[in-house]
Amino acid sequence: MADTADRVVGGLRTDGPTVLAAYGALVRSRVAAQASYRTSFVVDIAAQVLIGLVEFAEVYVVFTQVSDLGGFSFAEVSLIFGLATAAFGLADLVVGHVDRLPFYVRTGQLDAFLLRPLSALGQLVTSDFSLRRLGRVAFSLLVLVIALAAVDINWTPARVALLLSTPIAGAIIFSAVFVATSAVGFWLVDGTEFANAFTYGGNYLSSFPFTVFGSIVRRTFTFVIPVAFVAYLPALALLGRDDRMGMPAWLSWSAGPVALVAWLVALLVWRTGLRHYTGTGS
Amino acid sequence: MIVEVADLRREFVVRRRAGRLRRTRDVVAAVDGVTFSISPGECVGYIGANGAGKSTTIKMLTGILVPTSGTVRVCGLDPVLQRTALARQIGVVFGQRSQLWWDLPLRDSFRLLAAIHRLPASAAQPRLDECVALLEMEPFLDVPVRQLSLGQRMRGEVTAALLHSPELLVLDEPTIGLDLLSKERLRGFLVRERRERGTTVLLTTHDLPDIERLCERILVVDHGRVAFDGTLPALVARVGAERVLVVDLVEPGPALTDVPGTTLRLVEADGLRQHLAFRQEETTAAAVVAAVSARVELRDLAVTEPDIEDVVRRIYES
Repeated sequence: MADTADRVVGGLRTDGPTVLAAYGALVRSRVAAQASYRTSFVVDIAAQVLIGLVEFAEVYVVFTQVSDLGGFSFAEVSLIFGLATAAFGLADLVVGHVDRLPFYVRTGQLDAFLLRPLSALGQLVTSDFSLRRLGRVAFSLLVLVIALAAVDINWTPARVALLLSTPIAGAIIFSAVFVATSAVGFWLVDGTEFANAFTYGGNYLSSFPFTVFGSIVRRTFTFVIPVAFVAYLPALALLGRDDRMGMPAWLSWSAGPVALVAWLVALLVWRTGLRHYTGTGS
Repeated sequence: MIVEVADLRREFVVRRRAGRLRRTRDVVAAVDGVTFSISPGECVGYIGANGAGKSTTIKMLTGILVPTSGTVRVCGLDPVLQRTALARQIGVVFGQRSQLWWDLPLRDSFRLLAAIHRLPASAAQPRLDECVALLEMEPFLDVPVRQLSLGQRMRGEVTAALLHSPELLVLDEPTIGLDLLSKERLRGFLVRERRERGTTVLLTTHDLPDIERLCERILVVDHGRVAFDGTLPALVARVGAERVLVVDLVEPGPALTDVPGTTLRLVEADGLRQHLAFRQEETTAAAVVAAVSARVELRDLAVTEPDIEDVVRRIYES
């Protein structure tokens, strides 16, 4: 049994590759597989830029009719839009395909994952790596840079740190939303639709100032599905403004801890779902 | 004991539509109190009709499915609670659950599996070379898995399950759909794997030659219970499975009702073709052939073996 004990802590063994190396190999193989279809890859990237452009056009069209939206100018809303879509694009790039869980259940691929010495969620996440979504991220960053030049920000070291950390924290929050809502696929055959309502829906909401929504929507998407922390709340701190609806200012600096809590909840939901799956069979 | 199963039970809830809105909820036991154990180095054939509970048992042995009640230990581990630790000690080839990447060449799939099992290159490469040579996979190592034939893919799946030199190999219908040559190559490879490494094997099959060639022990499950646990000859003796000699005569002859140790089952084409059933423990094929050719002139003959469905069915008739 000494041998068994050694294998249990296999990730820390020094005589072979580590768990991290295993995931690294999986991701590299996915990237290589995509890059081998070069034309399709370029078309996909272009399509993703176009999707970003259409989404942004929607914001632009609104501002041809009004001069401000919920108390925010075009440049300020563009800043929120840039932060939100950059975070969503990054999350979508890394974990976006977990919403296909019902497909993995139906085809037996999830069972194949369970027969390997790695976590099922880790394998699901690394089973795809949608590089084409880089197109969306690049467009978001472009909008963000232009918006930053157009708005008036009183730069301090804290605000610079906030700006740099916000897309990362936002991506982690969106990833948690992806994982938690996708785990519903353990119970529902059409779980993908359910998950998309929250992931893509959350992306849409988070790219607007929350002052335009009613209080139920605002509270739900701040405290239940915390996408307000992805762009709107940090943007308030960057612009040096207070929330008109009376949210405390420190919330604007809380995306990091919120991301951590969101992931803990997401992992709990995932574990419960996986236990339901091994408990019922499919 | 490498596998220890005691009073294992697994229920499923089946919901059925009854009327326009009403739905009934039935509890069905797929595995209904199974007890057995397997010693290191054994090769056990796990057989039974479709729906007898074979796959459900394998899922519980490998940690994919939680038992409703009873205990399972595999390699001294709890399959569900210690799933990843167990995965490093067992190899599984399981139905539609492919371990290969359909869009990658076979060689890359093996490379990834070696990384997943955290095998140092010094251990993975010689093992892979050995499997590639024995299963003759060199010609298609660089072909994407989706383009492989079933036989080629199955050789890849078996290699994928053995790359980390597991103590226990679980095979679910490994020869189904393969042609005779592929079946024989795979059986030969598994025989050698057991001889060289003492790997314990548990396999489900519908193919009697798989059992004859590989397994010294058979577990027959039926309706979720172990109906028989013993050797193939003991099983055949118990159920009295019959072999059938089919003879074609040169010209129509009389019905062969008086051949010692046989029963005439069927006469076709006015006696041109006759089917004689006999039991292995009462006479031999050679003796029957000799007795028949003493009476009539033979043109052709064939011996059909009892098939597994037939054997299983007879357990309940006996």
